[in-house]
Amino acid sequence: MTEDGFRAAVAAGVAGADDAYASLLKSVVEVARAIFGAKASSIMLLDEDADELVFEAVAGEGEESLIGTRFPSSTGVAGWTLVTRQALVIEDLTNDPRHARAVAEGTGYVPKGIMSVPLLADERALGVLQVLDRPQRPGFSLQEMDLLGLFANQAAIAVDLLQRSRRAKAVLDTGAGDIAVVARLAAALDELDEGKRDRALRLLEALEGVLTH
Amino acid sequence: MSEGAAERPLPAWSLPADAVDRIRLEAPWPERVTRAWALDGATGEGVRICVLDSGVDAKHPKVGALDEAVAVSIGEDGEPQVAPDDQGDLSGHGTACAGIIRALAPKASIASVRVLGAGMKGSGQILLAGLRWAVEQEFHVINMSLSTTKREFADVLHELADTAYFQRTILVASAHNMPVESYPWRFSSVISVGSHEEEDSLRFYYNPDPPVEFFARGVDVELAWMGGGTIRATGNSFATPHMSAICTLVLSKHPHLTPFQLKSVLHLIADNVGGGR
Repeated sequence: MTEDGFRAAVAAGVAGADDAYASLLKSVVEVARAIFGAKASSIMLLDEDADELVFEAVAGEGEESLIGTRFPSSTGVAGWTLVTRQALVIEDLTNDPRHARAVAEGTGYVPKGIMSVPLLADERALGVLQVLDRPQRPGFSLQEMDLLGLFANQAAIAVDLLQRSRRAKAVLDTGAGDIAVVARLAAALDELDEGKRDRALRLLEALEGVLTH
Repeated sequence: MSEGAAERPLPAWSLPADAVDRIRLEAPWPERVTRAWALDGATGEGVRICVLDSGVDAKHPKVGALDEAVAVSIGEDGEPQVAPDDQGDLSGHGTACAGIIRALAPKASIASVRVLGAGMKGSGQILLAGLRWAVEQEFHVINMSLSTTKREFADVLHELADTAYFQRTILVASAHNMPVESYPWRFSSVISVGSHEEEDSLRFYYNPDPPVEFFARGVDVELAWMGGGTIRATGNSFATPHMSAICTLVLSKHPHLTPFQLKSVLHLIADNVGGGR
C-alpha cells in the first residue's frame, strides 16, 4: 500500500462512520433545497461498476423512498448532465408523458421542473445534484445557474471525500490485516479521554522506539 | 524534382519568391463587415452540419429529415465502431440541439453522430471516435454541446480540433460555467460558447475575456423534445447550437471563410462590437 493509501486507511479508521457522511450529503441537499426554495433536492452518485446512478441523499419529496434507487447512468435528465458534464435547467417536464410516467412509476413524485448539475471533482464525474420544482419565476437568471454551479462544486468536494473514505475503508475491510490493526488503534486512540490518550501515546511511542532501533 | 513534388502547388513549409503569385488570394470582404453582409438572406443552404450528441429524432416536426445518422459504440473487439443509427435519440438532448439549428438555418444539411446514451463506460473513447469520424467526413460545422473532464483525452481532442481547424471544419463547443478543467471548449481552435439571458436567437456577444469566446442565447429556450413536443430549458448546451447555426448561416453566404476568418467575422458582427445593425 502506498503511503497515501496508508494515511487514508488510518484516517478512515479515525473518521469512521458512514453515518457522518450520510449526514453531510443530507445536509448538502437540504441546503440546496433551501437556497432555491425548491420542493426537493437529491444527489445521485455514479456506481462505475454497475454503470448506474444511485440516489444517495434526498431532501423533500421522495425523501423516504428514493435512497438506493438505481437507473442507467446516461438516461434521463440526470444522465444528460452526467455524460455531457453540462448543467441544465428544464421547465415543464410534465409536457413529456414518457418522463412523467417513468418517474411516477419509480418514485411516486412527478417533478415539473429540474435544475441538474454534474458533480465534478478534478477530472472525475462523481454524480449529479438536482433541485426539483423551485418556484416558477419569469425569466430564469444565469445568476441562479452560477449559484447552482458553485454549490455543486462544494457538494462535489464532500462527495469526493466520502468516496475516498469509502475506498480506504474497503481496503481495511478486505484483508489488509496489518494496516487494519493500525487503523483500529488510531480509531481507539481517538476515542480515549485526554489522560488515557496521553498514556496510550507514550506507550505507542515506546513501541515505536523498540521497532525502529 | 520528382513529378509528384512538381504537382504540389507549394513546398510544405516554406514559400519561395517565385511561388508568391500562386497563393495570391482575393479579399472579397467589404470595407466594413456588417451583419447584413454576413447574414442577410442566409438559410444555411449548402452547409453540412453535424450534431455530435445523443442522436436526433428525425421525425420531430421541428427537426425534419437528416442527411445521415450514425451511432458510435464499442465493438466486441473493444474498439469503437461507427454504424448507421436506426434508434434516433436516446435521451432528447441531440434532438433539442438539432431543433435549434433547424429553426435558424432551415436549409442546412444536418447529420447526427450518436456518442451519448450508452452509459458512462467507454464514453470518452466513444466521444473521441465520434469526433474523429465527423472530422474525417469534413463537415463544415460540428456542434458539441458536451465536454469531457478526462485529461487523458485532452491531447487527442486537441489534435482533432487542430485537424478540424486546418481543414476548415468549424468546431463549436459548450463552455463550462463550473470551476473545472474540461475540453474541448478551452482550445483556441474551437469556437467556445456560453449563455446570455436575452430572447433574440441571433443575438450574440464576443467575450473580450476568454477562454469563453462567445455568448449566445441559452436561457429559457424552446426546445424540440422527445415525443414530438416542446419544452423550455436553460444551459450552455443550448447556447452552443445557436452559435453553430449562426456559423452555418455565415458560411452558407460566404463559403470561402476559413475558421479564423469566420471567427473574425463573428467578432466584427457581435452585438457588443459593432453588430452592424
